[in-house]
Amino acid sequence: MQLITAIIKPFKLDDVRDALSEIGVTGITVTEVKGFGRQKGHTELYRGAEYIVDFLPKIKLETAVTNDIAERVVEAIVQSAATGKIGDGKVFVSKLEEVIRIRTGETGAQAI
Amino acid sequence: MENQIFELQYAIDTFYFLVCGALVMWMAAGFSLLESGLVRSKNTVEILTKNIALYAVACIMYMATGYALMYGGGWFLQGIEAFDLGEVLATSAENGFAGDSVYSPASDFFFQVVFVATAMSIVSGAVAERMKLWSFLGFAIVMTGFIYPMEGAWTWGSKDVFGMFNLGDLGFSDFAGSGIVHLAGAAAALAGVLLLGARKGKYGRNGQVIAIPGANLPLATLGTFILWMGWFGFNGGSVLKLADAGNAHSVAMVFLNTNAAAAAGLVGALLTARALFGKADLTMALNGALAGLVAITAEPSTPTALQASLFGLIAGVIVVFSIIGMDRLKIDDPVGAISVHGVIGLFGLMLVPITNGESSFTGQLAGAATIFIWVFGVSTVIWLALKAAVGIRVGEEEEYEGLDIGECGMEAYPEFTSST
Repeated sequence: MQLITAIIKPFKLDDVRDALSEIGVTGITVTEVKGFGRQKGHTELYRGAEYIVDFLPKIKLETAVTNDIAERVVEAIVQSAATGKIGDGKVFVSKLEEVIRIRTGETGAQAI
Repeated sequence: MENQIFELQYAIDTFYFLVCGALVMWMAAGFSLLESGLVRSKNTVEILTKNIALYAVACIMYMATGYALMYGGGWFLQGIEAFDLGEVLATSAENGFAGDSVYSPASDFFFQVVFVATAMSIVSGAVAERMKLWSFLGFAIVMTGFIYPMEGAWTWGSKDVFGMFNLGDLGFSDFAGSGIVHLAGAAAALAGVLLLGARKGKYGRNGQVIAIPGANLPLATLGTFILWMGWFGFNGGSVLKLADAGNAHSVAMVFLNTNAAAAAGLVGALLTARALFGKADLTMALNGALAGLVAITAEPSTPTALQASLFGLIAGVIVVFSIIGMDRLKIDDPVGAISVHGVIGLFGLMLVPITNGESSFTGQLAGAATIFIWVFGVSTVIWLALKAAVGIRVGEEEEYEGLDIGECGMEAYPEFTSST
């Protein structure tokens, strides 16, 4: 099992969600986050004085998937979240030791 | 029949005072929203507490001592409850149908007291986000019970300034209070701001201005709309009479000009901000509307609609430069109150002789100087006394965490609370 974590542009969330549903991902968790990467921040203006917004709003998306579809999931996220411009985000893939469904107590791939 | 007409006139003019007073009272709500919108959310509860408490303090103090100092009569409005129909009819007959209005003295008090609250509201925005709540309210007692009524007595009260000279004789005229209310409020605010210093984080290490954006621009905009609306009572009521054709027309002109000046002020500030910053700065536009209103307040009845619009437009341009200038001078005024009410209040006073032949530029200057020196001087003394006695600025840690928790013990938007 793999835990796939992606940081994406907020307006791409619907596209990514549709793409993941199509390939059979059954659940995702989404968080509104702020951060910076190569895009850095940007400056805004208030009453004639500039101020710097260091952290830009992004969406963090997490999904646990079985090994057989992990590659396709990554591919789907990269394709659906891309705009080609700076600030598109990143995808992190890590090994997942265990998953437990709280309601039934099922574990492993059964719980995904 | 004539007596019944006089009674009716008394009723209409009294009612007009009361309705206009209620409109001005609502300006306290406008100030509350404008100020809470332009500060950071961690200071919301404190600024709201300050605004509604200062309104209450103003009402109590003006009733206790202020009205008597300004217009005579007893402390605590003693004798205001008396009503003598015969005297009312006699005065009405003497003044004539189109002469000075005759109205209930209680309605006059109500109309006057809300002006005091307005002057005090101006102070609260300028000292926001760093002043101790109780020191502020202590100052409010002196401002509304003594400082404002004294200069009010020299102007609207027609009394001599400490027996030395009479501003009315010098040709001073301030219709609804560009100087008496707005410049006075700004002078008290300036004294407080100079002693308080800037908010932490307002200036960088090299002295550069750092913006501290307001938390809620919808509130600031709604507050400005409410102030704009309340101003019809502020200026319209200051005609002091409605119930004859001449005065009814005058009231209508005042409404027209007040609205025209505000509209032009907003456009002036919006265009200036666009030209200077390349963006349409909403907060500057809001200040522009208020600048137009303050500018026309000194004389809204004699200008033509075009003149009123031009006055407002120029005020809207000036206020943007004034706000930027105050920032550069390290006078940290989170809502721009000193520029809107002080700088433009003075500008409004100086516009009066252009359309009102009974006033003079020297009289206007003398009045403005008298008001400013008195209010700024006495306010400085009071702020210094408060500073020595209990302090006027909150601690650095409290300022960082927000005055809501430090002064009021609660947040405006609490999260993760639990009842146990």
